[in-house]
Amino acid sequence: MTILVIAEHDNEQLKPSTLNTVAAASQVGGDIHLLVAGHNCASVADSGAKIQGVAKVLLAEDSHYEHALAEELSILVTGLAENYTHVLASATSVGKNFMPRVAARLDVAQISDVVGVESEDTFVRPIYAGNALATVQSKDGIKIITARSTAFDAVDAEGGSAAVESLAAGGAYGQSSFVSQELTVSERPELTSASVVISGGRGMANGENFKLIEAVADKLNAAIGASRAAVDAGFVPNDYQVGQTGKIVAPDLYIAVGISGAIQHLAGMKESKVIVAINKDEEAPIFQVADYGLVADLFSALPELNEALSE
Amino acid sequence: MKVLVAVKRVVDYNVKIRVKADQTGVETANVKMAMNPFDEIAVEEAVRMKEAGKATEVVAVSLGTPACQETIRYAMALGADRGILVQTDQELQPLAVAKLLKATVEREDPGLVILGKQAIDDDSNQTGQMLAALLDWPQGAFASKVELGDGEMDVIREVDGGLETVKLKLPAVITADLRLNEPRYAKLPNIMKAKKKPLETIDAGETGVDLEPRLVTLKVNEPSQRQAGIVVESVSELVDKLRNEAKVI
Repeated sequence: MTILVIAEHDNEQLKPSTLNTVAAASQVGGDIHLLVAGHNCASVADSGAKIQGVAKVLLAEDSHYEHALAEELSILVTGLAENYTHVLASATSVGKNFMPRVAARLDVAQISDVVGVESEDTFVRPIYAGNALATVQSKDGIKIITARSTAFDAVDAEGGSAAVESLAAGGAYGQSSFVSQELTVSERPELTSASVVISGGRGMANGENFKLIEAVADKLNAAIGASRAAVDAGFVPNDYQVGQTGKIVAPDLYIAVGISGAIQHLAGMKESKVIVAINKDEEAPIFQVADYGLVADLFSALPELNEALSE
Repeated sequence: MKVLVAVKRVVDYNVKIRVKADQTGVETANVKMAMNPFDEIAVEEAVRMKEAGKATEVVAVSLGTPACQETIRYAMALGADRGILVQTDQELQPLAVAKLLKATVEREDPGLVILGKQAIDDDSNQTGQMLAALLDWPQGAFASKVELGDGEMDVIREVDGGLETVKLKLPAVITADLRLNEPRYAKLPNIMKAKKKPLETIDAGETGVDLEPRLVTLKVNEPSQRQAGIVVESVSELVDKLRNEAKVI
């Protein structure tokens, strides 16, 4: 058995989720090859070669791979897939975008958002916003899998010494092109890999009030998240959203502020180790999953929390 | 330009689902069903394109049992001009759905196909991308804004780090994310009107598409439940618990 893992990166650095996906591949068992496809990204391949458990790195460089366009990546990966029993990518916005194209081209099913590996052909995945877990067995020759990062502990980024093999790039598909991106710039840890996350909901009332959350986040070196309601209301950008269709997080500490706790939000954070809820409505469903609940007005509780953390 | 929209009948998003005691699946008998919320957004976008004079016709297609007619009627109440039901009693997985949609696209020849980005029952998030691959069309998955141009379109996509804009040559497949638009409510006169709009039924078996599920569900079970913890009285008590009991800060 040989497994191909698709590395996620920005042509300079490997994204941490790649380490979780290699961990998922290790649970399947067999040799693991890592594909680094991009443009001027040899340094990413070098980092990939050091990952624990990676036996070989394949490097495909060309300008049409620079922005991980689904059309281009899927053609490349489909061409490689026949040499492998499993192809894994992270269940991120990149992996979710191109992997189903690979599966369709290979005429196989995709197993999305895997949270458990039972055997080489049997996997566990959440359905209905995580309110049920399905154990599914694949009958296909090649298993196309996206892995949920929070379900697999990252392997070591150092210690390996895999060989890097350059691949000849394929031709460009050319029916789609990258125009621009508008990425949220932040000094804070990344939402999906932060050890502390503090999220605000509709109770924040406006975007300006997120400053109260920022102050606490600074003290805890936390990432900032939000409920769908807060994003839809325009308080914060879309990439803050935690939930069924947003980001899935599982930090050591998750603080939900002014969030009622709709099942769609719980789906994105209920695997957190410790959950704190601050809400003035004691009936809010978020308290049913919180380890520590504080029934309070967030506009007084957040400054107090900020103060208490300074001590 | 004709726009094809795919709509799925799912358990209503407000329903708290129950796993069957024999672990074979989730209880769907006698449960409120509705159009998948992302598909509502897809229908709304297509209807707005028609209202803006950029689309000539909006066709809603659904796949499954005759009960899916209800979902198609709802799409027509929102503004779709006509409907197609590709009928089968077989369990359909995303690959089979994409193949049936491809057959429908080849028959209808639309310039654009819009789908919801994922269905809230199986949460697969695959069908639109698979359809695009099978048609060899470009895709704009997780669209939060689209601008139709001449023979091409710009799609602003929701990605993990923020937003990304891509340019696609038409024909193309789009999958709708939450913020693409806010779907309208179906008004009663439109619900009545929708009953008279044409709805054609095609037998899935006649398309020649292989519908066989590729994944066998061995069991469905409930995830471990979190226990509610304690209510603290003050911020200082909270900080004390986090420092000395949970030891997370």
